Amino acid sequence: MNTVQALLLAIRREAKQPVRLMEVCGGHTHAIRKFGIPGLLPETVSLLSGPGCPVCVTHTGFIDKAIHLAQNYPVILATFGDLIRVPGSGRTLETARANGADIRIVLSPLESLKLAETEKSKQVVFLGIGFETTAPSVAATLLTALEHKIENFSVLSAHKIMPPAMAALVGQHSRLDGFICPGHVSTITGSGIYEFLSRDHGIPCVISGFEAADILESILLLIRQINDHQAKVEIQYRRAVRPEGNIKALKIMNEVFILRDDWWRGLGIIARSGLIPGGRYAVFDAGLRFNLPDFPDADNPGCRCGDILRGLITPPECGLYGKTCTPDSPAGACMVSSEGTCQAFYRYQN
Amino acid sequence: MCLSIPAKVVSTTGNMAIVEIGGLMIHACLDLVEDIQAGDFVLIHTGFIIQKISTEEAEETTRLIREIESYNDAP
Amino acid sequence: MKDKILLVHGSGGRMTRELIRELFHPYLHNQYLDNESDAAILNRLTGKIAVSTDAFVVNPVVFPGGDIGKLSICGTANDLAVSGAKPHSLTAAFILEEGLEISVLERIVSSMAIETEKLGISLVAADTKVVPTGQCDKIFIATTGIGTVIPDLEQVSLGKDIQAGDRIILSGTIGDHGAGIFCARYPGHILTSIRSDCACVYPMIEMISRFGTGIRFMRDPTRGGLATVLCEVTEKNAWGMAIKESGIPVRNEVAGLCDLVGLDPLYLANEGKFILVAAESISKEIITVLRSHPLGENACEIGVITRENQGRVILETPIGGTRLLTMLSGDPLPRIC
Repeated sequence: MNTVQALLLAIRREAKQPVRLMEVCGGHTHAIRKFGIPGLLPETVSLLSGPGCPVCVTHTGFIDKAIHLAQNYPVILATFGDLIRVPGSGRTLETARANGADIRIVLSPLESLKLAETEKSKQVVFLGIGFETTAPSVAATLLTALEHKIENFSVLSAHKIMPPAMAALVGQHSRLDGFICPGHVSTITGSGIYEFLSRDHGIPCVISGFEAADILESILLLIRQINDHQAKVEIQYRRAVRPEGNIKALKIMNEVFILRDDWWRGLGIIARSGLIPGGRYAVFDAGLRFNLPDFPDADNPGCRCGDILRGLITPPECGLYGKTCTPDSPAGACMVSSEGTCQAFYRYQN
Repeated sequence: MCLSIPAKVVSTTGNMAIVEIGGLMIHACLDLVEDIQAGDFVLIHTGFIIQKISTEEAEETTRLIREIESYNDAP
Repeated sequence: MKDKILLVHGSGGRMTRELIRELFHPYLHNQYLDNESDAAILNRLTGKIAVSTDAFVVNPVVFPGGDIGKLSICGTANDLAVSGAKPHSLTAAFILEEGLEISVLERIVSSMAIETEKLGISLVAADTKVVPTGQCDKIFIATTGIGTVIPDLEQVSLGKDIQAGDRIILSGTIGDHGAGIFCARYPGHILTSIRSDCACVYPMIEMISRFGTGIRFMRDPTRGGLATVLCEVTEKNAWGMAIKESGIPVRNEVAGLCDLVGLDPLYLANEGKFILVAAESISKEIITVLRSHPLGENACEIGVITRENQGRVILETPIGGTRLLTMLSGDPLPRIC
């Protein structure tokens, strides 16, 4: 019997009572669907998908702001591929590009900095999305930009941190029995950021890797905590996550970024949950540099991304799902990103 | 979230490294980590090395897996 | 001759003739093109004729494993081949951007000559136009091909004879072309070149043509990848497909790239591969024959046609789970999360 089979057998044996486990990591959403895990679990184990996809929680106003910037200033927008088809209130970055805006896909923030070095006559603005896994990379890029005095570079940040959102979720649920905690956010932050969930709310937490065996082992560890009436933070992904995290990366992130209240699509405003360049790095904040107006959130009234992100309903329970909201024409961001709950559900349908 | 994948460090020069993922070689920045050497296994995300992978932890069969395997093998 | 294409090269006058004579003719000359007439007059062909046309737009125009010229010949020849036809002749229309380097154009034309010669076919008609800078991306090529349908393979383009129990066979590794093009677009970041698999598949199809009506269906998984072709052929049918994901061959570096940037090899383009659906009784033999050809060394069976799950493609995951395979929405995008 191989490891996966052994873990599935153990889960079936030990999950005697119904449990609702939420993952808050787009990578986990993707892996769970890709491996077909839900179909292999006993009916007692429900897996919910929370706000773990930074693209999905980016509000329409950010996209509108980016498009406004690209259309009204002689800038080159550099973005990760994830954002290119996210709908703003009307258009996407892709349609703005088709209308003449200079928008380029990059694989790394360093690439966008190099672009600024070669295109000296233009301003290069990097669209920063991602949680604590990505924010340090952008922070390190800004350290380099400052050191090398690259003045035609800036960042329009939608970076966010996880713990305030997880705290907001805990208040919303009648019953959430455990968290499968993000694997790669945790390589940076360490395990301490989840302690309040187990200590103050009695919710078991396991930090999981991304292979099938990792996810199944994490589910089993959560079931065991629940059965033993325990609530603690465990690291399943020990090969990559240390309790203290990556101290150097955290230091760089905290040097460059400051916290602000931020709008999470589907969850509303969450205090001190967003990151923007601050202190001597504030000069690299594109919002300040270009004096950009804020755009209101423009969610489709029928869109229930928020309820889906909170794990309150499944995608088919949204009236738009599969009808006016499909991967080809997404009404909300949960359908745009391949790690968004709705697209993952649509594509994998298990 | 986050596509971050294991890679093997091939060489380092200044603050950059060349890493290998299944035969594919890419550049990765060392600014977020320390003491990385050729031969180390690391996690890569958006062109940066974000953590070293502990091969001891990776190789060790967990107590849990051993326990499961033992009671599944029991007569 | 100048070193760059100018607008005047497309005017139809002296400079056009000079371009044809000094660049195209040394590589592409035969009794048809040499006549410089408005149409090629071909001898009567026997049997049914297959016709296919395609336009080729690729960035970069030269990539590891090929270029747009090679692509334009193999792409159309492959469309004919997987429709059960032996390619006979091709036409080509070129749209050149003002400023295109002559040396790049020469390389592209030479690739086309090499591929047509390998296949034993002729380019019988061609046309060239030049547009101002910015109105096309270096070079666009459209090719049309005709071929003679192999009598026992007439059924393969529509697949109406597919039945439950039939096997799905793939001629080799997937995602090579899409991955190769992607790497070529990020040379600063990705140091390894992945070679496109661009190649003509007719020689392999000729080898298996003797299996005749035992071959129910063929197609080449180009844009949209293997997943798109499987979904396209299955939807609206009275049968389904069960595919074993772990049976689909993917080269290490292609898998590595996909893991790195969040692409899925199932949706990446292939330009030298084909899938076929064949009767179960001949599946193993077909694979043996394909593997005897250098381009078919990784040929394998990847799935089966099922009575259940009508109109759907169900993938068995490496851990024994299942998921539904769906069609691609838009081009694959790299992602960080």
